[in-house]
Amino acid sequence: MACRFIVQNLSKRHLLHSTFASRSVSTLILAEHEGGSIKAQSLSAVAAASSISEDNPVSLLLAGSGSSLQQAAEKAATCHHSISQVLVADSDKFAHPLAEPWAKLIQLVQLKGGYSHVIATSGSFGKNILPRAAALLDVSPVTDVVEINGPHQFIRPIYAGNALCTVRYTGANPCMLSVRSTSFPVPPISGDLKSGGASISEVDLSTLDEDSIGKSRFKKLSSEETDRPDLGSARVVVTGGRALKSAENFKMIEKLAEKLGAAVGATRAAVDAGFVPNELQVGQTGKIVAPELYMAFGVSGAIQHLAGMKDSKVIVAVNKDADAPIFQVADYGLVGDLFEVIPELLEKLPEKK
Amino acid sequence: MVAVKRVVDYAVKIRVKPDKSGVETQNVKMSMNPFCEIALEEALKIKESGLAKEVVAVSMGPSNCVDTLRTGLAMGADRAIHVEASRDLVPLTVAKLLKKLVEIENPGLLILGKQAIDDDCNQTGQMIAGLLGWPQGTFASKVVLDKEKQVATVDREVDGGLETLCLDLPAVITTDLRLNQPRYATLPNIMKAKSKPIKKFTLEELNVEIKSDLEVVQVTEPPKRKAGVILSSVDELIDKLKNEAHVI
Repeated sequence: MACRFIVQNLSKRHLLHSTFASRSVSTLILAEHEGGSIKAQSLSAVAAASSISEDNPVSLLLAGSGSSLQQAAEKAATCHHSISQVLVADSDKFAHPLAEPWAKLIQLVQLKGGYSHVIATSGSFGKNILPRAAALLDVSPVTDVVEINGPHQFIRPIYAGNALCTVRYTGANPCMLSVRSTSFPVPPISGDLKSGGASISEVDLSTLDEDSIGKSRFKKLSSEETDRPDLGSARVVVTGGRALKSAENFKMIEKLAEKLGAAVGATRAAVDAGFVPNELQVGQTGKIVAPELYMAFGVSGAIQHLAGMKDSKVIVAVNKDADAPIFQVADYGLVGDLFEVIPELLEKLPEKK
Repeated sequence: MVAVKRVVDYAVKIRVKPDKSGVETQNVKMSMNPFCEIALEEALKIKESGLAKEVVAVSMGPSNCVDTLRTGLAMGADRAIHVEASRDLVPLTVAKLLKKLVEIENPGLLILGKQAIDDDCNQTGQMIAGLLGWPQGTFASKVVLDKEKQVATVDREVDGGLETLCLDLPAVITTDLRLNQPRYATLPNIMKAKSKPIKKFTLEELNVEIKSDLEVVQVTEPPKRKAGVILSSVDELIDKLKNEAHVI
């Protein structure tokens, strides 16, 4: 009799514990910072965390070294109401966002914190690091998520966005995701939070597994200096294709972008031809953008390019060829010579306010 | 060692099956994933410059993988390995299988395409690097090997521009579009390829845990855009953008 009572009690407690564990959601966000601030893109991951579950304490993980890291941590602590904790990994090993030390860091922090979810934005940082960390934690990640349907069900594009796949994650914690920033917009930051913000704590790196760290070394980053807004988050994007014929001609696109306060984008063909650097490429394997206004000049509209911009609110296409596939996704099309249309636009467009 | 995948050809306009279970792949042109072709081309260039002895192509899946491997052999790979699997493998399982093969074959460099154009996952290279504890150079647009120092200098296409990393060998590299232009297999090479060896492994032989923690619930078409209009002048365009769409 006594035995049965004890067994019953134990199993009831076990049931309660496992229900509690499966309902308790907590998220680790892998964030990037630059010049003492959190990168805007990283906040999309926070927005995604909020849509997983209402009660979802979020810990933001930052790594780097020195004062710009500490500054970023302080800003992070008050930038979004969901963030309850900022974890800071301060070490020379993280001077650059290399995958090898970052994956070990994520493994360390996850094993200590037992988060149910780990999220990064699907940019080159998240894409490079998250899968390596997932392999170390022995879980299948779900990458490039555009919609969240619950704690373990996600939608992601496949076949260059020509199909959408709904997947369910049925494995152990953590459920690891990378999310498209264009699908999880962040409302503008409205100043300091009333609650005083999140706690900031240093990650204890003394047990960080050194194996494989040091086998990769950062040499340099070559990027174009530009005053243009960031392509991934600009409200307006002006893109040029191969029809521009030269880097010199591409300046017309830049002038138009300047007039509209827009970012400049390019097709793969334009980058391959050397008109512009690679970071302007929009497409399946370049940047994914979803601006209010996307204007494509001399762009044919190959499947792989459309994959990168078809979620734009308004699409304008200008092309000499009336049969160009781009016209099938354009809201407004103009069949004409871009070398005539762009100067006319420059002349007639209102000055940006 | 180069891992290659058989996928729906990049130019094919895919159709979602009416029962939403997936994308139609019957009677559809299949090819080697474009990024895998670039990976193979890079390996062949490395061998031709005297920095590698041998190029081994690997593919995993049902028997029609062999077609893709024969293409690889025709391009110039020395031998191939086919891991037989009758069902879809998630990237983590592919990575674990590759790890076993790496332990058997001991390559000095593992090159993969950065993503497959069917699932667009962009995970396998990073995962195998993590499992092996090897450094990774993903989205590579240039690779320079220094055999003496046993390092690879890799230029990577990243959001901010071009990043250059130095990796100790052995390493994992995943290829981006601009790394090279893959060669076409010439007819004599296609003939020669028929007699190059393809070694088969079964999943049981490799004794790897088959991960099945992802379930496809359904595959659907993306929402269609409303049809647009063709305008007749720049004036009309500006007017529409300002007064109809309210974007300027």
